[in-house]
Amino acid sequence: MSGGFVELEDVSLRYGGEETGTLALSGANLKVDKGEFIAVVGPSGCGKSTLMKAMSGLWPVTSGGVRVAGHYVDGPLSMVGMAFQAATLLPWRSTLDNVMLPLEIAQPYRSQLSSRKEEFREKARGLLKLVGLEGFDDKFPWQLSGGMQQRVSLCRALIHEPELLMLDEPFAALDMFTREELWGVLQNVWMTKKPTVILVTHDLREAVYLADKVYVMSARPGRMIHERDIEFARPRELDITFRPDFGAIAQDLRDHIYTARAEPAKAA
Amino acid sequence: MADTTAQPQSSTPAASAAPQAGGLKLSQRQLERVMPWLVVFGLFAIWELTVRVFDFPQFILPAPSVIFEAMWQWRVPIIDNAAQTAFTTVIGFGIAIVFGLITGILIGSSSLVYNGFYPVLIGFNSIPKVAVVPILVIWFGIGTVPAIITAFLISFFPILVNVATGIATVEQELKDVLRALGASKRDIIIKVGIPRSLPYFFASLKIAITVAFVGSIIAETVASNKGIGHLMIQASSRFEVPLVFAGLLVTAIMGVAMYVVANFVERRMTGWATRSQGDPGSQT
Ligand SMILES: Nc1ncnc2c1ncn2[C@@H]1O[C@H](COP(=O)(O)OP(=O)(O)O)[C@@H](O)[C@H]1O
Ligand SMILES: [Mg+2]
Repeated sequence: MSGGFVELEDVSLRYGGEETGTLALSGANLKVDKGEFIAVVGPSGCGKSTLMKAMSGLWPVTSGGVRVAGHYVDGPLSMVGMAFQAATLLPWRSTLDNVMLPLEIAQPYRSQLSSRKEEFREKARGLLKLVGLEGFDDKFPWQLSGGMQQRVSLCRALIHEPELLMLDEPFAALDMFTREELWGVLQNVWMTKKPTVILVTHDLREAVYLADKVYVMSARPGRMIHERDIEFARPRELDITFRPDFGAIAQDLRDHIYTARAEPAKAA
Repeated sequence: MADTTAQPQSSTPAASAAPQAGGLKLSQRQLERVMPWLVVFGLFAIWELTVRVFDFPQFILPAPSVIFEAMWQWRVPIIDNAAQTAFTTVIGFGIAIVFGLITGILIGSSSLVYNGFYPVLIGFNSIPKVAVVPILVIWFGIGTVPAIITAFLISFFPILVNVATGIATVEQELKDVLRALGASKRDIIIKVGIPRSLPYFFASLKIAITVAFVGSIIAETVASNKGIGHLMIQASSRFEVPLVFAGLLVTAIMGVAMYVVANFVERRMTGWATRSQGDPGSQT
C-alpha cells in the first residue's frame, strides 16, 4: 500500500506485560487519504480509543507500523488536533483563551505568539464564529452549556490548522438535538478547512451522516472487519438520515457490529 | 445549583432588600451571619451561670467575667506574647508555603518521585510533632527557632499533599490533547497542572495556618521563654487559672482570625473553582 496519509499496517497494541496485559489491537489495518473523513465504529471496549492513541503516537504500538504523512510514528505527533467526549476546557480561562491554548504549545505558533497575538486572536474569533459561538469570547466554560463547551473544544482542536483531526466520541455526552446540530457544525468545519478527520463513535447515524467511509471494528482485540464507502453528496442535510437508503446502510453496518460482538471467543 | 459559597457578593443586596416586609424579622442570611455570635454569647452566659450557681472555686473553673478581667489586667504581656506566637506562626507558615509548593509540584509531577517519597512523608507526618521539639531544643536551644520549625513541620504537609493532588489528577484526555500538540511534561505542568492545583493550594492554607499556630504553641509550652503557650504554662505553674483561661481564649480568637484571613484569600484567588463546581451541562 502506498499514498495514504495515515496508514496502519498490521498494528497490535498490548497494554501492560507480555502475559498479563490486555491485547487491545491485533492486526489492525487502515489507510486514510489526505483530506478524507472517516469514521470508526465498533462495540464498546473494542479498542477504538486505543486506535487513536496508536495513530497519534501517544501510545507505542507493540508490533506493526503506523505511518503518518509518509513518516513512521515513534512518538507523539506534534500537530494533531484532538477532541474527546469530555470537553476538558480549562475553567480558569475564557473561551477565547481556551481556544488559544494550542498556540501557546505547538510550533511554529509558540515562538510567534507574542508578535502575532492579535492576528491569532482574530483567527480564534473566526473559528468561534464558524461553530456558532460569536460573541462568547469572554465567557468562562462554566457559563456555557455542554454543547457550547464541545464547540469550544472543537475550535481548540482546529486553531493550529492541524492536517489530522482526531475525534473520540466527541458528541456522545450530548442530547440528541444538540448532537445533530453539532454534526452540521462539524461537516461545515470540514468542508471549510478540509483536514483529514478520524471520527470514533458508537452512533451509526453519526458515522454514516458525516463520513466518506465507515470502518467497523471487531470486538477486542480490535481490527477492521468491514469498510463501507458512503456516497451521499455534500453538504448533507439531516433529512437524509431518515431516507430508506441511509437506513439500509446503517442497518448493514449494524449487522456487522452484531457479528463482531458474537465473535470474540474465536478472536481472543 | 444555589451554592452559598459561590456568590458571596450577590448575597448583600438580596439580604438588605428582604427585611422591608417584616420590620423585625431576620432573613435567613442575616440569621446565618449573627448565629456564631449568638452561640458564643450563649455559651459564655451558660458558663457564667453554671459557675455562679454551683459556686466553683476560681482555680478550678473561673467564670468568663473573671477571665475577661484577667485579660484586661494582663493585656500588656498577653499582647506581647501573642505577637511572638503570631510571628513564629507566620514565619513557619511562610516557609511551609514555599517548601510545600515546591515539593508538592515535584511530587505531583512524577509518579516515580511520588512513589518514592510518599510513604516517607506519611511516616513523617504521623510522628507527633511535640516529640520532635526536644530534639529541636538540643539543636537550636530554647527560643524562637524551635517554635518556627515546629510550625513549619506541622503545616507543610497539608500544603504539599493538596498541591501534589491537584497536579497529579490532571485528566488523561487533556494531557493527550496537549501531548498531541508536542507539549512537554513541563508545558503540561505549567499550563494546566499548577493553575489547576491552585484551588487545592488555597484550600490547604486554611488548614495549614491553623495547624502552624498549634505547632507554635506546642513548641512554646515545651521550650520557650516567650509566646502565648509559654505564658499559659507560666500562669498555670503560678496557679493563676484565670490567666491560663485568658491565654486559651486569646489562642482561640487568633486561630479564628487566621482562618478567616486564609478563607478570604481563598475566595478571592480561586472564584472560578467554586463556580465551575456547578453542573456544566445544566444550561443547555
Ligand atoms: N491505559 C490502559 N491500560 C490498560 N488497559 C487499557 C488502557 N486503556 C484501555 N485499556 C483496555 O483496552 C481495551 C480497549 O479500550 P479502548 O480502546 O478504550 O476501547 P473503546 O474506546 O473502543 O471503548 C479495553 O479492554 C480497556 O480496558
Ligand atoms: Mg473509547
